[in-house]
Amino acid sequence: MLATRALSLVGKRAISTSICLRGGHGVAKVDDYNPLPDVQFVTELSAVQKSLKEKEKGSWATLSNEEKIALYRISFKQSFAEMNEGTKEWKSVIAGMFFFIGMTGLVVLWQRKFVYGPVPPTFESEWKEKEVQRMLDMRINPVEGFSAKWDYENKEWKK
Amino acid sequence: MFRAAVRLSVSGARSLTRPQLGLTAPLAQRCYAHGGKLESDEEFDARWVTYFNKADIDAWELRKGMNTLIGYDLVPEPKILEAALRACRRLNDLASAIRILEAVKDKSGPHKKIYPYLIQELRPTLDELGISTPEELGMD
Repeated sequence: MLATRALSLVGKRAISTSICLRGGHGVAKVDDYNPLPDVQFVTELSAVQKSLKEKEKGSWATLSNEEKIALYRISFKQSFAEMNEGTKEWKSVIAGMFFFIGMTGLVVLWQRKFVYGPVPPTFESEWKEKEVQRMLDMRINPVEGFSAKWDYENKEWKK
Repeated sequence: MFRAAVRLSVSGARSLTRPQLGLTAPLAQRCYAHGGKLESDEEFDARWVTYFNKADIDAWELRKGMNTLIGYDLVPEPKILEAALRACRRLNDLASAIRILEAVKDKSGPHKKIYPYLIQELRPTLDELGISTPEELGMD
């Protein structure tokens, strides 16, 4: 849009291309999609380029591939292929994700060591054994659950 | 552009069966917004061919025409493209000619069969005018 305004000197029509009522063109990003932009990429032609432009007026079949590519590059900054190719940004994103997950892991480990107090005594195995015995004595869930799995005759867990 | 959302889904199915161009046939054509009558595919094509066939077409008109045409929800028929390429020739603009070919390939999107079909139809014109395709120039 800015370039178009600057070029109003060139031709008033240049502006109307951008402010087209079709509702798609001329709006910031979509401007890039116009396959034939108003301004050619290289505005100041070197001598070689000028002579190439002269040659363009003749038969195109006489132009070599390099010359054709050179003519293309004068007019356009990027080819469609270049314009459409993706960036490699996704790799940085994944790397960043792993990095921060890793950092979080370190923080968690540090917390466990330095922030949290000791675990209650009820977690010790001796305590746990006594707890299980008490539960069996009380016949906790004797039908389908806990005590149902204990073989009271042989004093072992049912196989 | 607002019609695009409806068109694309239907036109997608059609073009998978065979390379159909001007994919808007089954749906409403232009100018419903003005309450005018439907324009058929042929009329649309003819209008654009006439536009590009103007003998003293200037560079702005070529750009404007192409940009507008590419803005539509369709891939232009070979005859429209041929007229546009010839207009490029009259304007001594090879770069635009190659650009047009790139643009229609891009326009076909996921329908890979359209572009080779277009090139096949345009081959006589391309050879006559000496236009290389982007593939021949290694630009893809």
